[in-house]
Amino acid sequence: MFIRDSAAVFHHAVRATFRTKAGVLIGAVQPLLYLALLGPLLARAVPGGGGWEVVVPGILLQLVLMSAGLAGFGVVFDRQTGVLERLRVTPASRAALLTGRVLRDALVLVAQSALILALGFALGLRAPVAGVLAGLAFVLVPALGLAALSYAVALRLPPEVFPPVMTTAIVPLMLLSGVFLPMSMAPGWLDAVSRAMPLRYVVDAMRDLFAGHYATGSVGIGLAVSVVFLAVALAAGTRAFQRESA
Amino acid sequence: MIVTRGLSRSFGRVEAVRGLDVEIGAGEIVGFLGPNGAGKTTTLRMLATLLRPTDGTATVAGHDLLADPRGVRRAIGYVRQGGSADPTRPVREELELQASLYGLRPPREHVARVCEAFGLTGLADRPPAALSGGQRRRLDLALGLIHRPRVLFLDEPTTGLDPRTRAALWDHVRRLREEGTTVLVSTHYLEEAEALYDRVLIIDGGAIVADGPPSALKSRAGGTLGDAYLALTADA
Ligand SMILES: Nc1ncnc2c1ncn2[C@@H]1O[C@H](COP(=O)(O)OP(=O)(O)O)[C@@H](O)[C@H]1O
Ligand SMILES: [Mg+2]
Repeated sequence: MFIRDSAAVFHHAVRATFRTKAGVLIGAVQPLLYLALLGPLLARAVPGGGGWEVVVPGILLQLVLMSAGLAGFGVVFDRQTGVLERLRVTPASRAALLTGRVLRDALVLVAQSALILALGFALGLRAPVAGVLAGLAFVLVPALGLAALSYAVALRLPPEVFPPVMTTAIVPLMLLSGVFLPMSMAPGWLDAVSRAMPLRYVVDAMRDLFAGHYATGSVGIGLAVSVVFLAVALAAGTRAFQRESA
Repeated sequence: MIVTRGLSRSFGRVEAVRGLDVEIGAGEIVGFLGPNGAGKTTTLRMLATLLRPTDGTATVAGHDLLADPRGVRRAIGYVRQGGSADPTRPVREELELQASLYGLRPPREHVARVCEAFGLTGLADRPPAALSGGQRRRLDLALGLIHRPRVLFLDEPTTGLDPRTRAALWDHVRRLREEGTTVLVSTHYLEEAEALYDRVLIIDGGAIVADGPPSALKSRAGGTLGDAYLALTADA
């Protein structure tokens, strides 16, 4: 039931994503802009070389925050058009209605991340393959969580409130996680505030992995934060889909 | 087929539905009449498992609303007031998703079947945004009926349609009668109640104020069904 329903929702969502060439092109180019236009500046600003290994993980996380964080826009639309009620009347598993969408988001993020990595390598990134793959896994786990959370918020907030709230919330979340430069470079107060951001630990861990340091404290903390974040977010998302229904 | 016991729903201080006790038998086609805000949509949404009652309970097709919502969902179709298709997705894709979620295999064959039944065959590659109001309503019916539910809830299916399209929709409801489907239809149109329904429920202020065949309500009011309706519902 759950798998069949998730697959159906996933298939339906993927078809929409790849419907138009223009949409696919925008989805491919947009995430590369930060890397191409801001990356070279940041890479130089990192003291002591190894700039790209610091910058690329941050840009990956920035992409995740933007795409996954704003994933709930789709639900806002489905609420307004009555699609969501229609799906909720079917016997489909409530968790599947969420999971199918989140899996589509994951597919898109993997594709976009691959593009970012390819451009990163072209620009000068020199990271071990194992570190890059591990780093990707680190970014995808919280991404799925964030997408689920975004859906949960979109289901709870009045439809006209979600877009401004979410777009406003995402910017400080992104900046405080240290996506552009490591927060260890920040003044004390900013560094302290950023420690409240779960995704800060994820990007710190990714930077270690990209530098080829696997057995560090940051990696351990990053892993724990990613997994807990995903679990909490999925629970909240499923609850939101069940809300109110008998 | 539908039994409610004290079914109620409040939104904050607004008591939208107050203690509904209704029994609807298998194969009955029942019109659900009442002024705007009377509680029709709220009632139908509760029976379709979309809204949790604040009090009371109901069974639909033998399944308890609260204990077995999935059993209810398997047995019912619900056509929402105002439609339920994504205006940007091709009709075919919306129907295929619907077929898959009801476990119909293979989805394509079931989609072809409902497209045929609801006159959508030539329109399947269009998005609803490119359909007329009547065509969109037929799509809504196809989405709600693709799994041949035993119980169908229609919320104001004819509101805003021109007379010809409305008559075509009545024909679809008559066909459901032949198939033995139990149908609860909310509507504003009294002439529709006379033409189509075995029985009408009139709801006002969240409570049932009349229940019976159109003919019985008319003779009780000593006039038309419109007289009965106006006598029973409060001035808004
Ligand atoms: N989601 C909601 N939140 C608050 N009040 C609601 C909600 N849905 C319906 N109501 C109120 O409940 C009452 C009944 O509404 P409704 O069932 O939509 O009536 P009808 O379908 O007969 O026009 C109205 O007073 C309406 O304002
Ligand atoms: Mg209504």
